[in-house]
Amino acid sequence: MSAQNRGDGWSRDDIARNIALDIEDGAIVNLGIGMPELVASHIPEDREVLFHTENGLLGMGPPPPAGQENPELINAGKRPVTAIAGASFFDHAASFGMIRGGHIDVCVLGAMEVSEGGDLANWSLGDDDPAPAVGGAMDLVAGARRILIATRHCTRDGKPKLVKACSYPVTGIERGRPDLHGPGHT
Amino acid sequence: MICSFPRTAGSTVFQSLYSAGKIELELVPQGTLAERIRAGGAGIPAFYTPTAVGTRLAEGKESRVFGGREYLLESGIRADYALIKCHRADRLGNLVYNKTARNFSPLMAAAADTTVVQAGSFVEAGAIDPETIVTQGVFVDRIVEIPAAVEESSLVAAGASYP
Repeated sequence: MSAQNRGDGWSRDDIARNIALDIEDGAIVNLGIGMPELVASHIPEDREVLFHTENGLLGMGPPPPAGQENPELINAGKRPVTAIAGASFFDHAASFGMIRGGHIDVCVLGAMEVSEGGDLANWSLGDDDPAPAVGGAMDLVAGARRILIATRHCTRDGKPKLVKACSYPVTGIERGRPDLHGPGHT
Repeated sequence: MICSFPRTAGSTVFQSLYSAGKIELELVPQGTLAERIRAGGAGIPAFYTPTAVGTRLAEGKESRVFGGREYLLESGIRADYALIKCHRADRLGNLVYNKTARNFSPLMAAAADTTVVQAGSFVEAGAIDPETIVTQGVFVDRIVEIPAAVEESSLVAAGASYP
């Protein structure tokens, strides 16, 4: 495929910066693994955003300096992180209660495909998947109040990722999202 | 194996058994897994959750609509044994954890018939502030004190294996 089809426009940091600018002051934010992680370093300094990681930390800070990593202070991607002043630790049931219960304002995720109707596929290659693994992606898609997708337009092979209907197994469907205008979500 | 993410860097046993068709996998979204374990430990046989609606992990599951939104019926699960790790344990089995190492441990402690705890330190009753206890001793059966245990991540990195 040609370079043109790969969409060599924005860099990963450009995409992360654009997403960061769309996150309001005071938001509780969960970042997926990969490009979404870059969003943290682009939040404007005049906004206070609390990062949630589903393995049980609200108030996640940046990675520690080399040599100060703690194997018992990591993010959902198992990378060493820090805890900011005011952070709290909790178990997985409480953590996913925050997600499913609508307490996470924004979740930034990567995508393999996004459909025109708002369905997302980002967890499985389908029947060829040698070892299926889902983690917390489906809970985040079903529970977070806003889902922002950090992705390029096309795959490395130049195939579009914004599609009519997802060909990969979906992580969640638009119909399965919370009704933010309904009871309890005003 | 009932699991949400059955693979990690350097971990090969499950992958090879699964590829060889020698082990079954029930893949469960992480939050649903946590809630199923919590329910199992709390005497709740089943519950409804919005997670996984419309996905292949919903296939074969009962669903029901509440307030205009679809939810899946999920069952609580229990185990014969839980093997968990904590930061400090007292003589009555009260536990506190260390940072993000808490994860599923308090849930599994409640959801197993026999809960065995690896404790970084073992202290007398009363040495842990009752306001800070995370897992109550009622959920704990056995405690093994292992000060300065080698981190699992270090063992995996070193290629340690136990036949």
